[in-house]
Amino acid sequence: MASGIVSYGVYIPRYRIRVDEIARVWGDGNEVSESLRVFEKSVPDLDEDAVTIAVEAARNALQRCGANPDRIGAIYVGSESHPYAVKPTGTIVGEAICTSSDFTAADFEFACKAGTAAVQACLGLVTSQLIDLGLAIGADVSQGAPGDMLEYTAAAGGAAYLIGREDLAAEIEAFYSFTTDTPDFWRREGMPYPEHGGRFTGEPAYFKHVVSAAKGLMKKIGTGPKDYDYAVFHQPNGKFPVRVAKMLGFSTKQIEPGLVVPMIGNTYSGSCLIGLAATLDVAKPGDRIFVTSFGSGAGSDAFSITVKEKIDEIRCAAPSVRDYIGDAEYLDYAMYAKHKGKLKV
Amino acid sequence: MRSVSIIGIACTKFGERWDVSLRDMIAEAGVMAIEDAKITGDQIEALFVGNMSGGRFVEQEHIGALIADCAGLSRLHIPSTRVEAACASGGLALRQGVLAVASGYHDIVIAAGVEKMTDVSSGTAADALASAADREWECFFGATFPALYAMMAKLHMRRFGTTHDQMAQVAVKNHHHACFNPVAQYHMEIAIEDVDKSPMVADPLHVLDCSPISDGAAAVVLVPTETAKRFADTPIRIVASAQASDTLALHDRRDLTTLDATVHAARQAFAQAKIEPRQVDVAEVHDCFTIAEILAIEDLGFVEKGQGGPATEEGMTALGSELPINTSGGLKACGHPVGATGIKQAYEIALQLRGEAGRRQVDEAEIGLIHNVGGSGGTALVHILSR
Repeated sequence: MASGIVSYGVYIPRYRIRVDEIARVWGDGNEVSESLRVFEKSVPDLDEDAVTIAVEAARNALQRCGANPDRIGAIYVGSESHPYAVKPTGTIVGEAICTSSDFTAADFEFACKAGTAAVQACLGLVTSQLIDLGLAIGADVSQGAPGDMLEYTAAAGGAAYLIGREDLAAEIEAFYSFTTDTPDFWRREGMPYPEHGGRFTGEPAYFKHVVSAAKGLMKKIGTGPKDYDYAVFHQPNGKFPVRVAKMLGFSTKQIEPGLVVPMIGNTYSGSCLIGLAATLDVAKPGDRIFVTSFGSGAGSDAFSITVKEKIDEIRCAAPSVRDYIGDAEYLDYAMYAKHKGKLKV
Repeated sequence: MRSVSIIGIACTKFGERWDVSLRDMIAEAGVMAIEDAKITGDQIEALFVGNMSGGRFVEQEHIGALIADCAGLSRLHIPSTRVEAACASGGLALRQGVLAVASGYHDIVIAAGVEKMTDVSSGTAADALASAADREWECFFGATFPALYAMMAKLHMRRFGTTHDQMAQVAVKNHHHACFNPVAQYHMEIAIEDVDKSPMVADPLHVLDCSPISDGAAAVVLVPTETAKRFADTPIRIVASAQASDTLALHDRRDLTTLDATVHAARQAFAQAKIEPRQVDVAEVHDCFTIAEILAIEDLGFVEKGQGGPATEEGMTALGSELPINTSGGLKACGHPVGATGIKQAYEIALQLRGEAGRRQVDEAEIGLIHNVGGSGGTALVHILSR
């Protein structure tokens, strides 16, 4: 039975800080933005968190297709910045978007790939006909310690996907995951900022998992890079997705529409899903999209997607990724520090 | 004292070896060295291993017993000793092996070196390395190794007119050499502009003036020269083994632009070998920073004091020239797993003297020198090898 994306919605906070401004404060020079290929990152407002971002994205997804929220039988929210250690994000989202109480919910955490893990869980329930619609969300207000390399890219944003069997805007034909225990990046209970293994986050983590999942899926379903019109890879910076695309045989043109990290930074659980949304914003019916997420710890989920006729009907009913990227207000480091709660009074 | 020869050599791939552990690497190097020497494990009488900081890098001390165990030799109950002299730990292990065979205590000895540095963050690694300096009088006041060598570089520039381009040429040359070395960490050519453009670490030293953090292991098999021919077609004789020490802290030195430990070790080594520096055909010297190679070729007597910069710039130390220095790529480009470096230097020179160095082979190399430094010059070892 075909299942896939009934609708999608994104939300990116309007505030931005330029990477050069962060580098100015830490004395790192302007070469940082060039070497990371990230020039600006999104910053949440003082009262925004993973919950508010998830709610905005979910409302946009519902608005885009006009579905009745009562049909939603599951809400799974993936984030590494759930505001509560104990108390679900999913329940707040459910109340906010006015679902019935007849749904299951849980919060997911798998570093930057918790959002795609939520998509997989929804696909399971939908395809087995246990529920009508599932709402999968990836949303984060990610953390980077002052002066750490992470601070240049850790951004805020999210995407919500309504997963169902009817009126599909895009069919998810298959997925494949590759998971190992790889300690490249972590944040323990009570720690304000994550730690990471520096260069270890590259070859043995991001590249190994993304390449293995992508190749695994293409082998499983007998496809190759040329069978796809677009590709989206997790975007921790502007270099990794470009390099991994090349390693796998995808062209720069295929990844271009979904490569949003240079303008908004790494939105963690939102990253890959916002990249997919930006691609759906421009894709035509019949186009095929290859998506591979990555979560530190570590794992990758790869998806093969075909865009359906319905996309043309719903596309313009909610703000596009580019709409959000274009609506930017710039902060200096002092205001950014205030927004991110880095100033303790 | 008996003459000592090398009959087996091995070196693992150097680099960020995230897929293997310290014990994997030492076992790999040990097995390859034994195979190269065409001996069996049962014939080994003693082990010496250089390791600077297993306790800090992988939280493992007692490396002596560990390597015997990893090599499958624990049932033989042979003596296995870990030695430490910071970045000269490998050279010190070689010297201990040489002394053990020369004295007649043992007939077949393995000298090895190993360091696994990439399991910790670069900050932790830098702090572990800083323990090779004077913690109380240097590190507590903020000095790091790049800072100490930067001070030497600054004074060398001021006193002798040495330029940063001349220093950068050391990195350019050693990266070029490393391209021909399969076990080297880096296989990429760089230009002087790349060194200049790389981030500043401690003026005048940029990132590309510094050796990297690396994982790796190396091992050599030592026997009395009188029996060496039974094992190897081309045994390599160790004609000199010298070690010297100096003040731990840089500021207590007689002269900041000379490593007196190197001068003294070199003087002893050349006297033991009964040769002059000009008779050396190929050398591996301790280029932990680019300025360190310039200091080394001066202090070893290959050029006059102050002439290391111009000699490097003129290409005297490049492959195909008068005295090729660091054909392995040196610490700079082959990599610098600190405890392994001194043994890797012996591996490289033995390979050159055997005529098995492939595309980086120095023609008709008969005599080779290795120079290994601990810290900023508190320890120096010089060995001279001959066909």
